[in-house]
Amino acid sequence: MLEIVAKIKEYFLKRNAVISIIFVLLCLAPLFLSDFRINLLGKFVAFAILALGIDLIWGYTGILSLGHGVFFGLGAYCMAMYLKLESSAGKVPDFMSWSGLEVMPWFWKPFASAPFALTMAILIPVLLAMIIGYLTFKNRIRGVYFTILTQALSIIFVVLFIGQQAYTGGTNGITNFKTILGFSLSDPATKLSLYYIAVLLLLAAYVFCKLIIDRRIGRVLVAIRDGENRIRFSGYNPTVYKVFVYAISAGLAGLAGAVYVPQVGIISPAEMGIIPSIEMVSWVAIGGRGTLTGAIIGAVLVNSLKSVVSESFPDIWSYFIGITFIVIVIFMPSGLVGIYQQIKKVWRNSLLLKRKEAAMKH
Amino acid sequence: MKIRFANKFKGIAGVVTIALVLSLLLAGCGTEKTGGSNEAKPAATDAGDTIKVGILHSLSGTMAISEVSVKDAEMMAIEEINASGGLLGKKIEPIIEDGASDWPKFAEKAKKLLQNDQVATVFGCWTSASRKAVLPVFEANNGLLWYPVQYEGMEASPNIFYTGAAPNQQIVPAVEWLLENKGKKFFLLGSDYVFPRTANKIIKAQLKAMGGELIAEEYTPLGHTDYSTIINKIKATKPDVVFNTLNGDSNVAFFKQLKDAGITSQDLTTLSVSVAEEEIRGIGAENMKGHLVSWNYYQTTDTPENKEFVKKYKEKYGADRVTDDPIEAAYIQVHLWAEAVKKAGSTDVDKVREAAKGLEYKAPEGLVKIEGENQHLWKPVRIGEVQEDGLIKEIWSTKEAVKPDPYLKSYAWAKDLSN
Repeated sequence: MLEIVAKIKEYFLKRNAVISIIFVLLCLAPLFLSDFRINLLGKFVAFAILALGIDLIWGYTGILSLGHGVFFGLGAYCMAMYLKLESSAGKVPDFMSWSGLEVMPWFWKPFASAPFALTMAILIPVLLAMIIGYLTFKNRIRGVYFTILTQALSIIFVVLFIGQQAYTGGTNGITNFKTILGFSLSDPATKLSLYYIAVLLLLAAYVFCKLIIDRRIGRVLVAIRDGENRIRFSGYNPTVYKVFVYAISAGLAGLAGAVYVPQVGIISPAEMGIIPSIEMVSWVAIGGRGTLTGAIIGAVLVNSLKSVVSESFPDIWSYFIGITFIVIVIFMPSGLVGIYQQIKKVWRNSLLLKRKEAAMKH
Repeated sequence: MKIRFANKFKGIAGVVTIALVLSLLLAGCGTEKTGGSNEAKPAATDAGDTIKVGILHSLSGTMAISEVSVKDAEMMAIEEINASGGLLGKKIEPIIEDGASDWPKFAEKAKKLLQNDQVATVFGCWTSASRKAVLPVFEANNGLLWYPVQYEGMEASPNIFYTGAAPNQQIVPAVEWLLENKGKKFFLLGSDYVFPRTANKIIKAQLKAMGGELIAEEYTPLGHTDYSTIINKIKATKPDVVFNTLNGDSNVAFFKQLKDAGITSQDLTTLSVSVAEEEIRGIGAENMKGHLVSWNYYQTTDTPENKEFVKKYKEKYGADRVTDDPIEAAYIQVHLWAEAVKKAGSTDVDKVREAAKGLEYKAPEGLVKIEGENQHLWKPVRIGEVQEDGLIKEIWSTKEAVKPDPYLKSYAWAKDLSN
């Protein structure tokens, strides 16, 4: 009995102390924070799910994608289509009739079902990533060329979604949702449930990513990052692994989008653009890439900071954020979690030194 | 010994990390220690010694160029009210938020103002997209938004007061006037988003009913700057009128390239509905000279209230600044709200909404009145011509204020438009 307790203690308090604390804090947050702040935090939790995906592909596999906004947006639009259909109660959604569309387009119809919409929110990004990933990775397009390609992808989707106003709501995006599965979105109880669902999904995403990186496949991913040719010579086919990690990462982004929309109440093409995509990568850079905890901390902290600073200094907040980013990237190249590890190293070294000195005296 | 040391360290480091994460998290979710207590008393606005109001415009991003001056006008009105003793014996305290030209950010900040700050009302937004983004927030929280820009109509939320023109106070009379005075052949040019699309839908129905002729309907993406193909098309199709619903930077490119192509206002009539004095400064008066615009107010509008308003605005923000229609609407909407609060004796949203119905105010543009039925303003309509100095000379106006009709219910030809 004591052994089990000790094991649990060992597992949660020692080996996974930081992440356990994060989740306990997230679960307890509604006790301390107002409805509005919880709603915001729920949005950041959605971003954290996306950050985990980016960390998998960038932090662990070394592939920099600056187009994750697209996958996030696709997931969000799938969810938004469901919410819009539910709130227009069988009629053609308002923005369609403004744009001169009288009949509901065929591809909108199945989105009236929530399970279908949620499945598509993950499946469409996964499929898109698999197609793009297969074509690029198979042809050994990598490094900066892949990154540029993902940026182009992001531009293409923004232009497409703005242009197809009748089907996507154009620059306005899709908004004015009333209910989700029959529950009013403005009801505090619904909001709180959405928040806890977001936290649970983040936990599930974390466990999922942890399972991947703790297995052999995770080590292959890191090996691709550190020496792709060696992996190839050892008889692995990196293409398969890269497509896999790109698709998983896109699926997490899509899930994040689906979690984001009911809490925020709007999705617009701007969220798919290059700037949000770069921001997403910056969360992981600041939190600490190559550590799942770092991705979560980065996403939540950077966005909290953004909210608070923009509330306190509405005129000049963007300069603050920019300076913070620069400072962190220059002085803490491995992010906030990296600092913790650096301190640990310095401490340990000094201890070793002391012990050596003590040994010398004897 | 070694193990004990390491463990001990682990413990300390763990605690430090926890403390760090905790404090950062708390700091991140911010201002709760003070903000939380506000929550307990819903009528914080009545309880404190100030009345909090929200100002929500884009102070950064592409829309900042237009929205900052609108914010300035609202701040000026608030200062005026505070200088003359405040409202219900209290000072008005503006809380400014930046929507950053990003629609979800507008929704977030609207939530913050209504739920966290418990503001009595919000003055804000410019683009229809931002208004559509915050509309569900205002309806869910029973907030009050005052929206100062002309727009495409087809909306009347009980939680919004619309102090810019409805389509029947800008677009419809302009088309009517053009048909009578300039010709029947219309070329519609707009940016590709909801306002130009809806406006053109209305214009097309109107042309059909009044014997006009649609030559072409062209849209370019927001921010588009190459108009050579469109100008060639204009040259080839020879319309009588180009009805321009372009927005933002595109106007600079369009009018400059039109002039470079040798087409002046003598050769071609254009009428713009999104170009006011502030935008002309960016386009350059030399490029716009002689072209037509349609609004409810110009800096040159001849009323005693306007002389006073322009003087104050220039004194406060600099002699090189200009006033224009949205700036004026932003200024009067603060006063309209204040009048409604005085009449209601309270800042309660439902009471203010009731008191605002039928309220009249002597505005720089003339006497305006809040229509109770749809919460839009009765406004005079003015067609103007751009002068060499960048100001606009009125060449035609309605005799009296026009009743707002956002759904164009009073026009038989517009029956199929609203649904």
